[in-house]
Amino acid sequence: MKPIVLDWAATLMSYFLLGLIRILTGSQARWWGCPPKAEQRIYFANHQSHADLVMIWAALPKELRHSVRAVAARDYWTRTPFKHWLTSAVFNVIYVSRDRSAEEDPLEPLIEAMKAGDSLILFPEGTRGFADEPQAFKAGLYNLALKFPEVELVPAWINNVQRLMPKGEVVPVPVLCSVTFGAPMRVLPGEDRHEFLQRARAAVLALRDV
Amino acid sequence: MYQTLKNLSPSQQVGALFVIVFGLLLLAGLVLFLRSMREFEDQQMAQRHRDEVDNLTQLLKTSWLLIFVFWVAWLSGDAARLVLFGLGSFFALREFLTLSPTRHSDHRSLVLAFFGVLPFQYWLVGTEHFNLFTVFIPVYVFVALPVASALANDPVHFLERNAKLQWGIMVCIYGMSHVPALMLLDFPRYDKKNAFLMLFLVLVVQTCMVTQHLVARRLIQLGKPSAAPRISQSFTWRAWWAGMAAGSLLGALLAGITPFVPGQAFALSFIACATGSLGHLVMKALKRDRGVPIWRDQGKGVTGAGGMLDRIDALCFAAPVFFHSIRWHFGI
Repeated sequence: MKPIVLDWAATLMSYFLLGLIRILTGSQARWWGCPPKAEQRIYFANHQSHADLVMIWAALPKELRHSVRAVAARDYWTRTPFKHWLTSAVFNVIYVSRDRSAEEDPLEPLIEAMKAGDSLILFPEGTRGFADEPQAFKAGLYNLALKFPEVELVPAWINNVQRLMPKGEVVPVPVLCSVTFGAPMRVLPGEDRHEFLQRARAAVLALRDV
Repeated sequence: MYQTLKNLSPSQQVGALFVIVFGLLLLAGLVLFLRSMREFEDQQMAQRHRDEVDNLTQLLKTSWLLIFVFWVAWLSGDAARLVLFGLGSFFALREFLTLSPTRHSDHRSLVLAFFGVLPFQYWLVGTEHFNLFTVFIPVYVFVALPVASALANDPVHFLERNAKLQWGIMVCIYGMSHVPALMLLDFPRYDKKNAFLMLFLVLVVQTCMVTQHLVARRLIQLGKPSAAPRISQSFTWRAWWAGMAAGSLLGALLAGITPFVPGQAFALSFIACATGSLGHLVMKALKRDRGVPIWRDQGKGVTGAGGMLDRIDALCFAAPVFFHSIRWHFGI
């Protein structure tokens, strides 16, 4: 009985969050560089607010939402039962550990999900930023791209969300936001980690002005 | 015909009026559709014709939207009506503030504006607190919001940020809330037909705007210069007077559905049209300042609710002046 009730609650919660994000932001999706497609992809975007996850999720077509899974920090998102339930039951996220002390490879859960055929939403900055421009990207994106060379990497720019709910605030403010998806990219032959991450960051940033 | 209409009950009269207006809109749509079928030999002519039809279609859509909203507002009860207009304010303010850069430190003031000031203003309308309703935003909110901003401890562009927020609240919440407030005016011997008054205001202002727009387009084609070309490509005083004449005359003709005699209806329509059309010009100036053609995120979005403020700005300016002129003239 209880699992069914929780399932229902998760469905209701997802509709509530989708409705809320539409009322607050208009949640415009602009597929500028590629159309939405049901193929395996890694979406990577700038990260300035918790609402980013909901924004990009709402921007995807309904059919894709089940197979596109976001990546979230385990220490933060499993801290309370509610956060844990929200991220696992509603968003079906993949948890990664941020502390390097762990024995296992931090990318292990992502690789498993990719092998199962899921697409990913990555925030390669690792944490929410304060500045106008995204911080330097972390290496995870590069490592994943090397492991799965056939998967498209789609940059995305989430616009205005830092105004919706800046880091440290709890009440969101209505403001029109949009998610712009850019042209898919891949790691070039012989490209090293640093170069690729710079290029990926530039690709995200370039979408700000299209 | 007139006698039969007069013998109907007030709500039947309002219903009949909506039927007539919807019929006219349908007719306009049909004419437009037929005109869009016309074919041209000349490519350039065809392009121009297409542009004009697109433009008119946009205008017709706006009219449909406005009239439809008012129809729903009339059908639903008082509370639902307030919620409807409250949502209108909400979306308009959302657009306004998207294009006005705010900083992190404005967050609390924005929360206050959206979730404090907006519902409270409409609650004041609903509970008929007329005196507080008219001064709440210009007096109390005017003081309260800068205090919230000052406490956020950020002096950068303080005056600009606060001025923008105050402006947005004044236009989108204060102006808009005066439309449903018309329902609450208590005229002697008018037995609560105030829905007519709302419809009267919308029809008159919208007619003025449409006429002004059409005449302005014609004048541009004839090569007449705009009176303020850096603000609006299309604003000319001749077009403005044409709009004023159309709106005010329609107002005088519609005097039968209002508690006014034709002279009063003419004067009040004139006032509403003047404030509405000039307010629209002011909003255009704000848009030019922000470098956008329409009130919509980045001006390039193709989907989503955008451009709301473009449609209702004239009404937001006209409603408070219309409302207060009536109260002042009739002493109610």
